[in-house]
Amino acid sequence: MIWNKQYECLDREKLEKLQAERLAALVSYAGERSPFYKKKIAQHKVRAEDIKTIEDIKKLPFTTKDDLRDNYPFGIFSQPVTEINELHVSSGTTGNPTVVGYAESDLELWGEVMARALCCAGAETEDMIQIAYGYGLFTGGLGVHYGARKMGLTVIPASSGQTKRQLKLMQDFKPRILACTPSYALFMAETAKDLGLDPRKSNWQIGIFGAEPWSESMRRSIEEEWNIIATDIYGLSEIIGPGVAQECTYKQGLHIFSDVFFPEVIDPVTGKEQAEGKDGELVVTTLTKRGMPVIRYRTRDIVSITYQTCACGRTSPRISKVKGRTDDMIIVRGINVFPSQIEHVLLNLEETQPHYQLIVDRKESGLDDLEVQVEIKEEFFSDEVKQLRAITAKIQNEINSVLGLSARVRLVEPRSLARSEGKAKRVIDKRKK
Amino acid sequence: MKITQISVFLENKQGRLFDACSLLGSKDISIRALTIAESEDFGVLRIVVDKPSLAVEALKKAGFVATFTDIVAVEVPDEPGGLSRVLKVFCDNSVNVEYMYGFVERFSEKALLVFRFDDPDQAIKVLRENSINVIGKQEIENL
Repeated sequence: MIWNKQYECLDREKLEKLQAERLAALVSYAGERSPFYKKKIAQHKVRAEDIKTIEDIKKLPFTTKDDLRDNYPFGIFSQPVTEINELHVSSGTTGNPTVVGYAESDLELWGEVMARALCCAGAETEDMIQIAYGYGLFTGGLGVHYGARKMGLTVIPASSGQTKRQLKLMQDFKPRILACTPSYALFMAETAKDLGLDPRKSNWQIGIFGAEPWSESMRRSIEEEWNIIATDIYGLSEIIGPGVAQECTYKQGLHIFSDVFFPEVIDPVTGKEQAEGKDGELVVTTLTKRGMPVIRYRTRDIVSITYQTCACGRTSPRISKVKGRTDDMIIVRGINVFPSQIEHVLLNLEETQPHYQLIVDRKESGLDDLEVQVEIKEEFFSDEVKQLRAITAKIQNEINSVLGLSARVRLVEPRSLARSEGKAKRVIDKRKK
Repeated sequence: MKITQISVFLENKQGRLFDACSLLGSKDISIRALTIAESEDFGVLRIVVDKPSLAVEALKKAGFVATFTDIVAVEVPDEPGGLSRVLKVFCDNSVNVEYMYGFVERFSEKALLVFRFDDPDQAIKVLRENSINVIGKQEIENL
């Protein structure tokens, strides 16, 4: 079923007119209320009256992750934080996280777009869903939860982890839908087999997988292991969280809900619009958000877009699976990691140089593993192993608290990590694509 | 009297120990005693050599992290009970030993025990009070 036929099957002309109206209203609203946008829009000398068609969006400035970082915590918001109903965070590029805020109507919007996403994936109102995305500050768990509640599904708010319990819930409660990261789905398959279960006989028939990049071959593995339809969901906290785009059962790209999240694909170097079907950086404008709307937010995700109507009947444009990043961000166990976060930690610790390397690998079980190699500073070399272990533990604790995930730290000899002219190759990603 | 030991950080990578030791050999530096404290990712090589300043200079130049550590060297008769007699003195006087290692001397019936103490001055005082032979820099270099 299509959750909201009125907007999801709107013809292109009417949709573009709606988008233009919403964009003009957004420029007024954010220009007046957000300290950040007030300045930025004035600098760009653009006004709401200048937005006559949706093409006029090109007159507006871009917003970047650095803008959010520089205005930490609430400087981007269009409402005072006393009027914000919910806050979430995601990884920042240095020491502070990226903060996002939701007004009441934004929370309703979140429920609406996630309900659309669930229906895209094939959910029916009598279904039961097991949400194994983390609940808490991360937007994954609660976002899917709000959509499931809006649809009236029976929700199992399992959150992530406790794999044996996840499998027991699946066996005993018999949910038809599973929502979690694709690598966790594979990990659960391994655990199931270790427990003597046959994953192909599971109750899960539809999977809503995202929060990290995953390939077509990984999709095939998941579908074979679980005998499940594995669909891709896309989102980012800065826009709303999960629910920005979702694959329908035809799996020919992810429908992006452009009546509320207006997409552009640009050349990341020139900023100019990329042709339909050509790879570029996805830029999203939140047309109706009230708490923290963003204008032309550069996602740094590389996709291509198509405006052809899908066989499912939805007229929303479709983006490809994310093909890469314009920056060096990696995702480990569903969590965003910026190498610069590590650099920030190392610069602030007296025992270390900011020379490091990240080695990411995927264990046989399917879980991602992150090792941080750090050069030891000569003056902190201690003759005693326990002191070196203490230094390692200290670095590890600092990194873990900034990243929000546990990484192993390994001390290496000074000058042993490759230096290079220009940008040092900080990340070695050994995971198969 | 405190002796100089050299401690070298070695990554747990093939050839690192060989690289360090062959470097010393090429500089005509003689190793008197050696031990390695290991951990999963790295080891700490501890050596007593005849020319410590030269050794550290060469190691640093070759890119190793090397430092001097003060240790105390004790000479005991090379017979059963030789070590435990010394250790009893420490126990009775609450002297804390961080680590130690030992080796046999060439042309005598003595064994050499190398100790790292929290408080080397206190340890030396206690050893002297108990007539245990603490040997000095010159003697180590002449071994």
